[in-house]
Parts: sequence; C-alpha cells; structure tokens
Amino acid sequence: MLEIADLECRRGDRRLFSGLNLTLEPGTLLHVRGRNGSGKTTLLRTLCGLFTPDAGEVRWRGESIRALAEDYRRELLYFGHLNGIKSDLTGIENLSIAAQLDGDPVGIDDVWQALARIGLRGFEDLPTRMLSQGQKKRVALARLILSRARLWVLDEPFTALDVEAVALLQGLIAEHVAGGGLAVLTTHQEVPLTSGQVARLDLGD
Amino acid sequence: MWAVFWCVLKRDLLLAMRRRTDALTTLFFFIIVVSLFPLGVGTERQVLQILGPGVVWVAALLASMLALERLFAADYEDGTLEQMLLTAQPLSLLVLAKVGAHWLLTGLPLVLIAPLVGMQYHLTDTQIGIMMLSLALGTPILSLIGAIGAALTLGLRGGGILLSLLILPLYIPVLVYGAGAVEVSRIALTDTEPYLMLLGAFLLAALTLAPLASAAALKISLE
Repeated sequence: MLEIADLECRRGDRRLFSGLNLTLEPGTLLHVRGRNGSGKTTLLRTLCGLFTPDAGEVRWRGESIRALAEDYRRELLYFGHLNGIKSDLTGIENLSIAAQLDGDPVGIDDVWQALARIGLRGFEDLPTRMLSQGQKKRVALARLILSRARLWVLDEPFTALDVEAVALLQGLIAEHVAGGGLAVLTTHQEVPLTSGQVARLDLGD
Repeated sequence: MWAVFWCVLKRDLLLAMRRRTDALTTLFFFIIVVSLFPLGVGTERQVLQILGPGVVWVAALLASMLALERLFAADYEDGTLEQMLLTAQPLSLLVLAKVGAHWLLTGLPLVLIAPLVGMQYHLTDTQIGIMMLSLALGTPILSLIGAIGAALTLGLRGGGILLSLLILPLYIPVLVYGAGAVEVSRIALTDTEPYLMLLGAFLLAALTLAPLASAAALKISLE
C-alpha cells in the first residue's frame, strides 16, 4: 500500500540514506530506528511529501504521492515535533478547526469526547497556553482519535507524555493498526509496540 | 471548498481577537508616521496639500510592510502551518484566506482612518474620497504581494529586512497609481479613472496569481 522505492535523501552535502526500498501492507506498523541525526525525521517528512527526496519516490496505492497530492494528504495524518496547535485557542477550537481543515468536520460532541478520552476532562475550554507540555501534546494527540486517516506518521509521539498517556497512545496505535491502518513512527523510548505486524527499519548504519 | 476558506478566515480573526494589541500596532504606526510630517515640514497649507497623498501612501506601504512579518511566522513556529500544508485542501486557498484576514486586520483600518489623516493635510472632500477608494483597492494588493515575500523569507534570520528589500520595489506601481489618483483628483475628478482602473487591474492580477506564488514559496520554506 505504501511503497518506498529507491529513496535517497541528502541534507546539504551529507547523504542521510540512499537506496531505501520498503513496502508496507495495511495493518503494519513501521518502527524507524536510528541514532540522532540519522535521518529519521527527514524520512518521515519525505513520506508526508514535506521534503523532496533527491532520488526515488514514495508511492501510495501504486501511485506517486506527488501525483496524488491532495488525495494522498486526505489519507495522511502527520504528527511532528511541533504540536501544531494554537496556544491562544482552546482544545475544542483547535481540534474542530483541524478536523475541518482535514476535510471531515466532526460534531462538537465528538471533540468533547475525544478530549475526555485523552484525559483532558475539565481542560477542554482553556486556551492551550495554560496547559502543561504534556497536556498540550495530549491535545495534539486527540487528533488521532478524531482522524479517519489510513496512514499515521508519528515523529517521537511518546516524548513528554506520562505513563498513563503512553499506554493510551499505544492503545490508539494498536487499534489503528488492527483496523487495517498503517503507522510509521520513531521513538527512542523502549515502548513495547504491541500486536500485529511490526516492521523495523534501522537508519544510519 | 469555500467552507475551508471561511474556517481559516474565522480562525485568524479569532486569534487576532485574543491578541488585540498586535492588530492595533499597525494602525497606530500608520497614524504616527502620517502625523510626523506636518510637524517636520511645517503647517503651511499648500505644502501639506501637495505632500499629503504621497505621505499617506508611503505610510500605508510601511505599515503594511510592518505587519507582514507576522502573517505566517506564528503559524510556522507552532507547527500549524505545517499541518495546513498536509491538509487535503489547495494551499493557495488557505493562503488567500490568511491574507484576507490579514487585510481585514491591517489594511481595512487604514482605509477607514484615511479621512482623519486626510484632514491633517487639508485635503478636499473629493480627494479624501478618492484616497479611501485608492487605499481600498491598493492595500489588498500590498497584502497579497507581501504574502509572497513573507512566505519566501519564513524562518530566515534577519528575514524582516530581507522582506522589505524584496517587497518594497514591487510596491512601487501601487504607490505611483495610488498616490497619483489622489493627486490628480485635486484638479479634475474624471482624471482619476485610469488610475483607479489600473489599481483594480493590479488587484485582480494579484488576487489570482499571488496566492499561487505564496503557496509555492511556503512549500519551499518548509522543506
């Protein structure tokens, strides 16, 4: 379903990786590993189409993601180093707007439920700048609950989360993968990555 | 598709409401710059009448320049811009919505305050009317062209200065025809027509082309 064909990425003069080939079927989780600076984030950004590879391409359902453009992005959810939430807006507003931009507006009740599930009951209508780092991250992660995307690309999703939230996130990922979704993630934490097919990719060797 | 446009427009207006001071700085900057000239060159009626249109337009240019830096910067820093790039929406439409909100917050107030600053320069009622009209046509062009520069310089060190160097030369036609329209309206009102029509043509061209260019520039800046 997701195909990486002969991918090569450079940052400046330095070659991060080259000749990368990989095919992921529905219901797979890909764990990308490697030390700092080995190109994990670059690979993930390339998968999203935010970074143009120097050679090779990424295909989705057999077609290049460059050609698919908006059709691909509809099925994609990216969670990067930045939370992507506005600190002056409340959790509710942030999530409603994000859902609307993603092209599937959700009901306000769903948003309240998603925030409750992610453990932010009582913080829903506070501007997110009043929340702690971990709570902000939870607001951003609530998008995973609301999203209908088939492919999740998660860059270090476990940092700044407490034990309870880590377990919750693991559950969400497992649920997504079990439902035939795809997930690509990086993490330095030793998080048991549960059921289903887990593929591993080591960068920078 | 327009639902997304309104969504982004409302979002940016809402954000501005939560941070009112940001929106007001542009307006005050404009008023202060315009008010400095009579203090500097004296209060002679004839001199002020000649200087007026040019000064107001140059001040509008600088004020709009000042506000541009923030157009994408905040969204860039917290990652929401990145998320916008990844939505299943045409990026140029989102950019157009952002520029629209930006103009409502920084351009429209200048148009509305124009009669007040016009009085400082002893402009006639006709001239003030034409000034408002030319500003209403011209300031959206400034925001639209400026958005390209703001997108290109996003995340660069010293981006502010670079932005002015990139964008101010492109503002020259708007300045020439905007200030020109007010100037000739002192002599004959009918003479203003070509000036305003040209401004209108610029606006249409900017509306169709600038969002596409800004979207392309954003993609480059975020790589």
